[in-house]
Amino acid sequence: MVKETDLILELAEKFGKERKSLLPILNGIIDKNNYLSKDAMLEVARVLEISAAEVYGTASFYSFMETNETGKYVVRVCKSIICDMKGKEEILNTIESVLKLKIGETSQDKRFTLLETNCLGLCAEGPSMLINDNCYTQLSEQKVREILQNYIKHDI
Amino acid sequence: MTYKPKKVDIIFSPYSVAPYHILKETIKRTKEEVITELIESGLRGRGGAGFPTGFKWKLAAEEKSNTKYIICNADEGEPGTFKDRKLLVEVPRKVISGMAICAWLTGANLGFIYIRREYKYLIPELKKEIEVFKQHAKQINLNFEIQIFIGAGAYVCGEETALIESMEGKRGEPRNKPPYPITKGYLGKPTIVNNVETFASASMVCRYGAKEYKKLGTQDQHGSKLFSISGDSTKEGVHELELGMTLEAFVDEFGDSNTKAVQVGGVSGFCIPRKDFKNAIIGIGNTTGSSTMIFNSSRSMYKVLCNYLEFYAEESCGQCTPCRVGCQQLLNGLKAVKKGEKPAKYLDQLLKLAETMKITSKCGLGQSVTNSFSSIVTNFKEEMIY
Repeated sequence: MVKETDLILELAEKFGKERKSLLPILNGIIDKNNYLSKDAMLEVARVLEISAAEVYGTASFYSFMETNETGKYVVRVCKSIICDMKGKEEILNTIESVLKLKIGETSQDKRFTLLETNCLGLCAEGPSMLINDNCYTQLSEQKVREILQNYIKHDI
Repeated sequence: MTYKPKKVDIIFSPYSVAPYHILKETIKRTKEEVITELIESGLRGRGGAGFPTGFKWKLAAEEKSNTKYIICNADEGEPGTFKDRKLLVEVPRKVISGMAICAWLTGANLGFIYIRREYKYLIPELKKEIEVFKQHAKQINLNFEIQIFIGAGAYVCGEETALIESMEGKRGEPRNKPPYPITKGYLGKPTIVNNVETFASASMVCRYGAKEYKKLGTQDQHGSKLFSISGDSTKEGVHELELGMTLEAFVDEFGDSNTKAVQVGGVSGFCIPRKDFKNAIIGIGNTTGSSTMIFNSSRSMYKVLCNYLEFYAEESCGQCTPCRVGCQQLLNGLKAVKKGEKPAKYLDQLLKLAETMKITSKCGLGQSVTNSFSSIVTNFKEEMIY
């Protein structure tokens, strides 16, 4: 976890202390810390000189801007119709049993969060998922086990 | 079968000329000439709304403002659509050329590629191409810079004014139109928002000329277009096809010989049942979008529609009541009918609600829910009830 105040200052210098920099700044925090803490949002509001409600209101609109603490790895399984037809349910069950998590939950050791997401634009190669910003396609039960084991063992 | 879908290979053909050759050749001509060429080609926006591209650029060029912006809309969120991703991976130069030609025509100095967060893994390669472009822009004294803007996961941001709101650091809630972005867009300045494929196609029109481009397609429908094909198909993937093809010919080529229905234009498009394949022409009118999802007879259309409605209920921005409440009510109502909690004729009421949403919703999201809802409920009524 990078110290938030330093990170926010750095991002604000890079993108400019204007309202139009809000998404790039919030995305920058997500890149480093995976979610937006209450303190982070308050600090962004202070630096950009806008109300904290504006920051939270904006962040809460977007599905990638988690405002609850997430794990280091956020698994997002595509639930759109084509991936669903190709066996998304089995993939999800496998992930749930490997990570011992239900949709929306974060593991106690704060390593994994399991979520569903809308179309990832990988329909022809479904079922698909993202782990943080990396995409994985043509998932089978075995393939998804291997991918997760790799994260569990190697702390990628 | 009489008419086979004609595949075309223009947009994805490998680069056959030196980098940015098309751009360099195009700016040797007069701006009037190029705009006329674009208008004559009949090229329409490939994002779904289908506004004539040449005309849009002409209007933008006529705007009197020292600051203008160009936005390449790569917020590809329509379920079943993945052509923009492929374009950005395989031929980003054609997309950037289109943006640069647009900049030269309209006098914009800054452009953005608004890319959805889901595609973040594409950015490193894209940045490299932007660096290449920088060198070439310098050589020809074109004062046009391209930046990447990353979205944060919101389907509605594909709508141009919602996209602009999001770029301004706000919730991605669509604005009232007019004013259109072309007069008052990003930071209140004239802004041209076009889909990734539109920019790539525009550079292809500049390369081959309107006359050659118009030879593609049928008498009524000119040009070619990318189709993202998925579902129960033997040839899933992105295919460039001439316009004007019937769905029957399309299904013969891409279906698994057991096709029951095709969703054309994505979730916001229409679901066409087998009996109508003969008369439906894909890629135009009601079916402008790229997404073509093929369902075979093993699929439950009730499950398909529930999946769509859950998507809508989640992605509705919540700003206007018809869409926010309507999406939820359609989903609840449909489930109630299936469970037998409501009589079958309740579906008629839901159809009315969907029509009301079409008239009263603020943006394309709420307005187009009725497309898939009505076409599925009407054509597969029994599956909704039993």
